Amino acid sequence: MTLAPVERLKPVKRSEPGEKAPPPDDANLLYTGADWDYDTIKRCHDAIQEIALGELGLDVYPNQIEVITSEQMLDAYASIGMPLLYRHWSFGKHFARDEAMYRRGMRGLAYEIVINSSPCISYIMEENSITMQALVIAHAAFGHNHFFKNNYLFQQWTDAEGILGYLDFAKAYIARCEERYGQQLVERTLDAAHALMNQGIHRYPRRRLDLQSEARREQERQEMQRQLYNDLWRTVPTKKGQKAPSDEERRRALLDLPEENILYFLEKKAPRLANWQREVLRIVRHVAQYFSPQRQTKVMNEGCATYTHYRIMTRLHETGRISDGAYMEFLHSHTAVVFQPAFDDPRYSGINPYALGFAMMQDIERIATNPTEEDRAWFPGYAGSGDAMAALRDAWANYRDESFILQYLSPHLMRKMRMFHLHDDSDENVYRVAAIHDERGYRRVRQQLAAQYDFSSLDPDIQITDVDLAGDRRLILEHKVQNGVLLAEEDAKSVLQHVANLWGYDVLLFENDDAGNTLRKLTVPARTILLAE
Amino acid sequence: MSSMIIVDRRSNPKGKSLANRQRFIRRAKEQILRAVNGASSNRRIKDVESGADISIPTGGISEPTFHRSGQGGIRDHVVPGNKEFMEGDTIAKPPSGQSGGRGTDGSPDGGGEDEFRFVLTREEFMDLFMEDLELPDLAKRKLKAADAVLWQRAGYSSSGSPTNLNLVRTMRNSLSRRIALKRPKSDEMLALEAEIAELEAQPGKDPDRLMELRGLLERQVMRAKRIPYIDPIDVRYNRFTPIPKPAAQAVMFCLMDVSGSMTEHMKDLAKRFFMLLYLFLTRRYKQVEVVFIRHTHEAEEVDEDTFFHSTETGGTMVSTALEEMKRIIKERYPVADWNIYGAQASDGDNTTSDGGRTAALLEHDLLPACQYYAYVEVGSDPDAMPAGFATHARETDLWRTYKQVTGTETPFVMKKVRHRREIYPVFRELFARDGAKQSEEATP
Repeated sequence: MTLAPVERLKPVKRSEPGEKAPPPDDANLLYTGADWDYDTIKRCHDAIQEIALGELGLDVYPNQIEVITSEQMLDAYASIGMPLLYRHWSFGKHFARDEAMYRRGMRGLAYEIVINSSPCISYIMEENSITMQALVIAHAAFGHNHFFKNNYLFQQWTDAEGILGYLDFAKAYIARCEERYGQQLVERTLDAAHALMNQGIHRYPRRRLDLQSEARREQERQEMQRQLYNDLWRTVPTKKGQKAPSDEERRRALLDLPEENILYFLEKKAPRLANWQREVLRIVRHVAQYFSPQRQTKVMNEGCATYTHYRIMTRLHETGRISDGAYMEFLHSHTAVVFQPAFDDPRYSGINPYALGFAMMQDIERIATNPTEEDRAWFPGYAGSGDAMAALRDAWANYRDESFILQYLSPHLMRKMRMFHLHDDSDENVYRVAAIHDERGYRRVRQQLAAQYDFSSLDPDIQITDVDLAGDRRLILEHKVQNGVLLAEEDAKSVLQHVANLWGYDVLLFENDDAGNTLRKLTVPARTILLAE
Repeated sequence: MSSMIIVDRRSNPKGKSLANRQRFIRRAKEQILRAVNGASSNRRIKDVESGADISIPTGGISEPTFHRSGQGGIRDHVVPGNKEFMEGDTIAKPPSGQSGGRGTDGSPDGGGEDEFRFVLTREEFMDLFMEDLELPDLAKRKLKAADAVLWQRAGYSSSGSPTNLNLVRTMRNSLSRRIALKRPKSDEMLALEAEIAELEAQPGKDPDRLMELRGLLERQVMRAKRIPYIDPIDVRYNRFTPIPKPAAQAVMFCLMDVSGSMTEHMKDLAKRFFMLLYLFLTRRYKQVEVVFIRHTHEAEEVDEDTFFHSTETGGTMVSTALEEMKRIIKERYPVADWNIYGAQASDGDNTTSDGGRTAALLEHDLLPACQYYAYVEVGSDPDAMPAGFATHARETDLWRTYKQVTGTETPFVMKKVRHRREIYPVFRELFARDGAKQSEEATP
């Protein structure tokens, strides 16, 4: 704080006492006015850190705060929030659309983007006021940061230390492929891989991810294959008397079927792909895997960050570190973020994860510190424990959205948000109210809401079940249809075309219901556009 | 206590997304081109060069994923904001709506998800707009402009006029020569003189030393005289070399028949044609002037607004307009300095007796001065005419007149246009890369 900012040398602008220097009237204030400089940001960060680590007991990766322009923010949007993702036209497309919408004023920009890495990188936009920057620091650099570091899904599936280095490798690798094999071929491979991104995720843990050594392992894999290859193995006779397993069993075992990670299967088993194409699939798969915890913890993650910023900003105000005006500005943004329109409101577009998350965190705090009889009955574990932060930290570390809601959504909150369960059967011409926020309905509403956040509602369950190795090598997929909802046909066909192109032979998709009846069959012939000369 | 780092990324190179954007535009080129052509037909001359809001079908640029259909089956939602419902209540479904409580994607303007909207920058728009098009006869243009000369610095020479003397070079040469030849430095000589003066002030102090110093000084003075401070061989002049100056300016003559027979529709066609020509010229030349000449049985130069919007009555004599153009070229646009383009639009009427004069003016006076001269014959909207009527349009007077002038070597082309949608293709044909060799008698 001893450094004098360069701005001081410039002619003094009107109206900004807060530009620099200890605030004039109240020495306790972190800042006055709306402008920020590095000093004030640092001051705010330190004050926030004190509350976050001391009072709330958060545990975070080191922070890195990056100041960017709105254009750069759009840029970061387009490449799914990652600073150095490889090049692909789809990112250009998203940028063009976001930019058009932003220019037309149809959409504001997010205040921040935060990256699950170590150090944890938070982007803040230059045009925001210092109050907004403080809000963002509390929200992203401490709220999200804590969640990234402590939630079990992130610990299991992401490698915060390695991700930036890995993306660097991926970008360079794909650029090199473009040079060697032509932009078009790489682009087509990426198109196909992107279409399967949501089917490129391992759902159940295998081993700890270590992205840092990915580049080295890629080489080792190839070297290994080269060394192990020996044509003689083909000629070894099978033992007499030993009963050969059935063809189907052997085939399935050989191919590790069934497999729900389609990208993984294609990467390992597609017969006609070049090695670099397998690596491209692998890169896309890793990126998808890296983001999968975020998809499963949207409510919790935002709830955690929103609750954190709310606590911190309120504390700053209580201790006189920010002025009433700044606190009002903060509340204005905060309430806009956690606004939840009712289902019949024209603005309604599903449940706002910020609203639900924040409400649940506050509810946990209430139950821990000031429970009712009902709460004690429903949550004997922590009701009245008095330590809200301990309960919250425990929840943040050990749950994902589905299990979190199933465990923690209280009758009190269901009543407060007036939740009800609507049953929609396409064969009927009415919706049915299946349960509401009453004694009979609490558990069913809660269960239903939790199910909405489960894997099975996020993505359809599609698996590779068999390959016709003896015949035309056709790849066979199965969609396990739930509740009679089929895949959207147009898109499904396009994606199957991508699968067929990668696989190199025809692809057949069955859509089967629970009883095993096939509701629909989609077949797509392979095109050879992905095969390098 | 804080281990926080702040990084200012604002000064990072802009347009990090440029590579992605280019990939995207390449990918969607066909659709974008179609949209660009559509957008350009609805614009005013002055706006034609701004960027564009482009809307293209999502066909080739969709990113498909496996996802569930919005229709059919059984769905369960938990929604907030219950007011009066009790368990077991039923709610009538909206009549046509297929998808229930959640996210209907239809947008109020009906555009929905089928269209992808974004903004093309000015440059991108123009590049796509101008794709494959080239002004004809660029070689000739250079040739023609070669008599204009631009002087450009081209190193140094040992001869030249005093005004071009390069002092720095000269002094540098002088200095190196003086060092090489060991010309005594002036401060050395001054030091000697001072020492001599000191000895002389005390007579008899050290006569040998005084003698020695005097001799030394004399030798040095001699040497300094023999080795000049600046020698003619040191002198350098800035050298200029003439390079042919491409005429970076163009003038475009818009000639239009405004007699009563020209309908609004025809004028609109003409305007579009002029607009396109103007655009091409601004792409190629730094400065483009536009001269509007309208004519009935007499011609006058007018401003753009009058040109397109006011009506005149009278007969039709095309030669008057050509005469006017010739006069203006002579007065204001010397052929050596200007690239001259002529564009004429007419419905083809001309007084029969005027034909010979018109042809002669064009062939002998205007075409030699012009880089290019295009005649567009605008016709009535075929959609608005009774069927069968438009198909056998006879050749007009002016068309017959101009037909005599066309030849393979003349920078002259003529085309017929009936509908707005034909303007752009015709223009492309006129200015297509393989130049003016297109067959002139091609009928639309």
